[in-house]
Amino acid sequence: MTAQTERVDADPAAGSPVSVKIPNSSGGGSRPKRRGGSSAPYLLLIPSLLATAVLLGWPLVKNLVISFQNLNPRQLILHLTEWTGFSNYQEALGSDVFWRVTLRSIVFTSINVVLIMVLGTLVGLLLARLGRRMRTLLLLGLVLAWAMPTIAGTTVFQWLFAQRFGVVNWILAELGWTSMADYNWFGSQVSTFSVVILLIVWQSIPFVAINLYAATTTISKELYEAASLDGAGAWKSFTSVTFPHLKPFLWATTFLEVIWVFKALTQVYAINRGGPDRLTEILPLYAFVEGPGNQHYGMGAAISFLTIAILLVLTAYYLRTVLKQGEDEL
Amino acid sequence: MNRSLFARTWPGTLAVLLFAVFVFPVYWMFSTAFKQRGDIISETPVFLPLDGTLENFRTAFAADHFWTLVGNSVTVTVSAVLLSLLIGLAAAFALARMKFKGRRGFVVVFMIAQMAPWEVMVIAIYLIVRDADLLNSLLPLTAFYMVMVLPFTILTLRGYVAAVPKELEESAMVDGCSRPQAFVKVIFPLLAPGLMATSLFGFITAWNEFPMVLILNKDVEMQTLPLWLTSFQTIFGDNWGATMAASSLFALPILIVFVFLQRRAVAGLTSGAVKG
Repeated sequence: MTAQTERVDADPAAGSPVSVKIPNSSGGGSRPKRRGGSSAPYLLLIPSLLATAVLLGWPLVKNLVISFQNLNPRQLILHLTEWTGFSNYQEALGSDVFWRVTLRSIVFTSINVVLIMVLGTLVGLLLARLGRRMRTLLLLGLVLAWAMPTIAGTTVFQWLFAQRFGVVNWILAELGWTSMADYNWFGSQVSTFSVVILLIVWQSIPFVAINLYAATTTISKELYEAASLDGAGAWKSFTSVTFPHLKPFLWATTFLEVIWVFKALTQVYAINRGGPDRLTEILPLYAFVEGPGNQHYGMGAAISFLTIAILLVLTAYYLRTVLKQGEDEL
Repeated sequence: MNRSLFARTWPGTLAVLLFAVFVFPVYWMFSTAFKQRGDIISETPVFLPLDGTLENFRTAFAADHFWTLVGNSVTVTVSAVLLSLLIGLAAAFALARMKFKGRRGFVVVFMIAQMAPWEVMVIAIYLIVRDADLLNSLLPLTAFYMVMVLPFTILTLRGYVAAVPKELEESAMVDGCSRPQAFVKVIFPLLAPGLMATSLFGFITAWNEFPMVLILNKDVEMQTLPLWLTSFQTIFGDNWGATMAASSLFALPILIVFVFLQRRAVAGLTSGAVKG
């Protein structure tokens, strides 16, 4: 019980979002109980472990295996296994396209994550500042945007940004930017990406804002009182009380957002199929198009694996924290 | 004086503005769905459709395969979530209440599994399902969706199980219950809110899933609603009214449940940090 409480204090609210903490939970189970020794816990775990191993572990291994094969429609139909060593990787890493798509994915992810974190934080801090009624109103708006299913959101954005009769073009034209009246948002790389980024940011801010607001409610008022007694102004009390308190949360959320946005295949695919001219394909979509699309499964698998590797590098720091946290868990 | 008035009102004004920004796409979806054709293709957008129509919904309902796909989506989503609750609860109980070797390791396994890049694994999954001769079937979808939501289910339920006071279970056992009985009679009823919050996330994930069904089920009869929605435009062309009606029908179940369970749901989701 004490251990649990201490941990909650040291690592506030959603500070470590992947694990679950229910405040006031009585006991994380540190008391030795029913001197185990039995196989009961393992029996209870077996179904979950088995399912995870077969349906998650196996595809990962399979992905690695076929990335070393030449697997095109011919081999697929005749059930041939042609090992090609590292040639898929050599080909992928040697092509300009792969590096261009990689760079594009990283830039795309960075822009999204920076916008999500900065705006999400600001909205979260605003929530903390608002009176009760206004806060409920804003929360309702955020929850509605949050709950909107991905594909429904994507379809609506296609309609909002439609060339003919789209409301965004109308608003821009009304505001005086008349050349936008008939603008085709899905005709160029930059404009398509702008729409996708707006969509993802709109979908993601609520998560950050609501969690951040929840985290601020766990900061004790006394800390602010103490700060103001010490003569701290609004800015000073933010940097010395609020921000340090929220740092673990912001840190973890940033990495989670990196993971989510990097894999945002659904939105990018559904909004314009990676077009125009494949110019908005990000890595997961590129693997998808090369593999199942062009029926070069081995190549697609190699790109998938490289995608996973890049994602691991980008989030290595966070994964280390998760592993450490797992060790400290009990 | 002026300045202090500004200082007092800007947060509220900003909140209203932000509310409008976040709600507008949702509002626009529903309002377009109810608009007459003339109001949709008008040079000046109609912001308040007062003479609404159900025509667009009729078009969506009458679309080929609509009800089959609703059935598919519901079947896959509900079975995946129930299965994952079933096996996840067992695992969660072990991880929350029992002391055994390797417990930490198991927790870490599920934490890592929660971050599995499913979108990137679809090629291997396609080949596995193809080898098993199960393309165009709901079975693999159900199985993979189940595992997709399983880690979250386990980790979240573990928190809820741990939150049930141990003393309750112990006193039930002193009164003569066996451990399984104590679980069924004491812990399980207390877990109901937790189960609800946890399954909500599962529903959202499975209901939304797109890349896997896109590659596995080419047979229209075996697809799910997200796929149908992306192809709705190819079927109906520029009929935005019908497209938005279809979107609304797809979004409505999730929006209702989410807003209904808002507080519990948000608490549940935030504790597991998974985006809907």
